[in-house]
Amino acid sequence: MGLGVEWAVQWLTLSARRMSEHREELIALDRAIGDSDHGENMDRGFQAVMEKLAQTPPETPGAALKLAAMALMSKVGGAAGPLYGTAYLRAATALGESADIDAAALAAALTAARDGIVARGKAELGDKTMVDAWSPAVEAADEVLVAGGDALAVLAAAAEAAEVGAVTTDPLVARKGRASYLGERSAGHRDPGAVSTALLLRAAATAAGFPEESAE
Amino acid sequence: MKKLINDPRSVVDESVEGFGMAHADLVDVRTDPIFVLRKGAPVAGKVALVSGGGSGHEPLHAGFVGHGMLDAAVPGAVFTSPTPDQIIPATAAVDSGSGVIHIVKNYTGDVLNFETAAEMAQAEGISVRSVLVNDDVAVEDSLYTAGRRGVGGTVLVEKIAGAAAERGDSLEAVAGVAEGVVRNVRTMGVALSGCTVPHAGVPSFELAEDEIEIGIGIHGEPGRHRIAMEGADAITSRLLDPVLEDLGIKAGEEVLLFVNGMGGTPLSELYIVYRRAAQILGERGARVARSLVGNYVTSLEMQGCSISVLRLDDELTALWDAPVHTPALRWGM
Repeated sequence: MGLGVEWAVQWLTLSARRMSEHREELIALDRAIGDSDHGENMDRGFQAVMEKLAQTPPETPGAALKLAAMALMSKVGGAAGPLYGTAYLRAATALGESADIDAAALAAALTAARDGIVARGKAELGDKTMVDAWSPAVEAADEVLVAGGDALAVLAAAAEAAEVGAVTTDPLVARKGRASYLGERSAGHRDPGAVSTALLLRAAATAAGFPEESAE
Repeated sequence: MKKLINDPRSVVDESVEGFGMAHADLVDVRTDPIFVLRKGAPVAGKVALVSGGGSGHEPLHAGFVGHGMLDAAVPGAVFTSPTPDQIIPATAAVDSGSGVIHIVKNYTGDVLNFETAAEMAQAEGISVRSVLVNDDVAVEDSLYTAGRRGVGGTVLVEKIAGAAAERGDSLEAVAGVAEGVVRNVRTMGVALSGCTVPHAGVPSFELAEDEIEIGIGIHGEPGRHRIAMEGADAITSRLLDPVLEDLGIKAGEEVLLFVNGMGGTPLSELYIVYRRAAQILGERGARVARSLVGNYVTSLEMQGCSISVLRLDDELTALWDAPVHTPALRWGM
């Protein structure tokens, strides 16, 4: 048994809750090396996702992610809007019209999402961007898939790797996005886009039934 | 945080609503999605100019909508680029069939959102040409950054390209004029204080009483380095010297000198900066043929300024002098 549309809707619902809960934290991280808007924009974007979900309930996981992509692209703004919009759109395309998502389809969707972000934003691993959370997540998902893990295990591994990836941005000097203007002074701060990525992937695992962290 | 606002979430909507009421003779404000149109747009047979970006830089961009400048301005949330669902209808609303130029400041978010919007507008059959403004010399190494930012020079691009569109130039010709301005304008800024984004509630960065930040952008983001406070003449040199070096201004050349306030610095101080900048240009044998001084590309209530220099030729000077009638810039009509 893979994951169905209930999981996708639950994932997006949980994502909206996490963006709202972590709004201030993301704003504070962005204030240090950016322009103080990431938490505000992500919160606004996922509120728009929730409105669209209520208006037109999706029938497949792919349709749910496509709906989220359009809402994020039109409501978030900044760099995060087009980047997350592209990620969800590519993932939706990868999932196609399938109603039941297995581990392989999930890993492929994560890869497509990451590739979409890289194609739009032109950032590489180590540039201190959300790619530093996405890439380790994709690698961890692939490893679990090869080892025979199920969809839940793929999501749990991706979430954990993204969280570790976000922490690894601390010492990095930003080479893309607004933090890059700071040069060396961007080191010593965590990238807000990598943190929001980790929160969203953790929400995906939680929505699939992975036990929540006690630190919640 | 003390601000003349009602609710941080309604700052842009209420400000643009008031702007529309104050300048009803020049602009039409559309809501949901929000954008500002030149009264009477689309203008038949004319290439249209659309710009936009985060709010908080007023009068940029909506203040430059009108005859001889922009046909539409698309405001995002404070310091956040607008989204394609605003940019696409604004582009469609001003297109007379002669095509639309997007003037985009080189910030990652603006570039990504305008890129997406241009693709989608083109899919709807509108000819769109994008011009990227990247005049900020403070960003030194573009290999390891998102590239030079679009800052004060944007106003000069919008004025001069707007004049070219108004005289009936083609889409490619207007884009060529705009790119010519981009190639010949450079800017560098300084902050004496940070600024507070309404929804954040605390300053974007803090500067001590005796510190200034050299090389700031216009989104409340810090610059390249921090130094001890100096007199206006010394600061002027710090800003102007790299600008002139980067442009390679030689004796005998004519320039437009633009001293722009960041929002919280009085005009009297901007003229002290202008005075020294004009002296330096004179010492180098360059002639300041045109000037602009005031708060045009701001960063909320930030204290500080930027200095832009545009290398002029007869064509650019004539386009600069052409009549313009917008809420923030008006002459010749």
